[in-house]
Amino acid sequence: MARRSAPEVNAGSMADIAFLLLIFFLVTTTIETDSGISRKLPPPQEEDIVPPVLKEKNIFVVELNKNNDLLVEESPMQLEELREAAVKFLDNGGGVGDEACDYCQGDRSTSSSDNPTKAVISLRNNRETNYATYIAVQNELVAAYTTLRNREAERLFGKSFVQMEKDLKDVNYSGNKEALKEDIKKIQFMFPEKLSEAEPKK
Amino acid sequence: MSKFKKKKSGELPAISTASLPDIVFMLLFFFMVATVMRQNTLMIENKLPFADQIEKLDKKDLVMYIYAGKPSSRYRASAGSTARIQLNDKFAAVEDIKAFILAERTAKREELIPFLTTALKVDGDTNMGLVGDIKKELREVQALKINYTTRQGKASSNLK
Repeated sequence: MARRSAPEVNAGSMADIAFLLLIFFLVTTTIETDSGISRKLPPPQEEDIVPPVLKEKNIFVVELNKNNDLLVEESPMQLEELREAAVKFLDNGGGVGDEACDYCQGDRSTSSSDNPTKAVISLRNNRETNYATYIAVQNELVAAYTTLRNREAERLFGKSFVQMEKDLKDVNYSGNKEALKEDIKKIQFMFPEKLSEAEPKK
Repeated sequence: MSKFKKKKSGELPAISTASLPDIVFMLLFFFMVATVMRQNTLMIENKLPFADQIEKLDKKDLVMYIYAGKPSSRYRASAGSTARIQLNDKFAAVEDIKAFILAERTAKREELIPFLTTALKVDGDTNMGLVGDIKKELREVQALKINYTTRQGKASSNLK
């Protein structure tokens, strides 16, 4: 018997099959938004511990009332001004002697914070406050820290803090990662994120 | 002269569709790679607020999700219209969060537990009271790393 050549498989419907799969994946795809503001909660408090006494001038009180109004140091403020006000407070460096801050570029006013390592931002909100407003305020406060950290990183290491953190995560980074980690720690020490949140009021 | 005239035939040649499967396959592979199957069916409205100081959560297996918001219209009759918490696929009370976190922890390898992050996917139109309660529960079970999941955008667009 003569050898017959194998019949060719008709690939005409291949496109249809592929389209079917494509449409399935198109429909099921949800591009997840998994990015956000990272925060660390304080550990649970023991009852009998007395909180450390802080100087009044080292606390920057940000309050959100139930009507979503922003009160900074007991006076109303627009959200757009908050970042600048927080930067000004943190960067004031009004301390003398042991508490002096040699890298601050602020006004050195005696009524504002002594040193960024001492300065605390206290965020109070009401139970009725809107979550979106709260996130907006959190965002501005984090931005204030980032602005200052970027400035110092630029001055000391010639690149921004954001870039340093990005490099640390980058697997293709060519420089020394251990040294970079130390540098990041140094900046974080200069401007520690001291953001305290009071229990929401009823 | 005739050399050139020969090539010009009157009809348009048919466009070859032989490479169509290749193109479609290319798209298919793109979507297959980019697809993340949703783990939870949302039973609440979840319009996340905007922020621009954001960090990416890249290790998906180290993230626990807590959703909160008003029940979506399908569930409004049974669940009411005040903001609720959703854990996995069902509505939960504030007290259930502890059990949820502990259950998630036992499912993970021990050395990974310190790196677990809790992502709070909270609807922008929720009261801070509920969020405060969630945070209090998380503090009590020592789940201190949290992430307020947001969309990329200007913070001022939250205030509308």
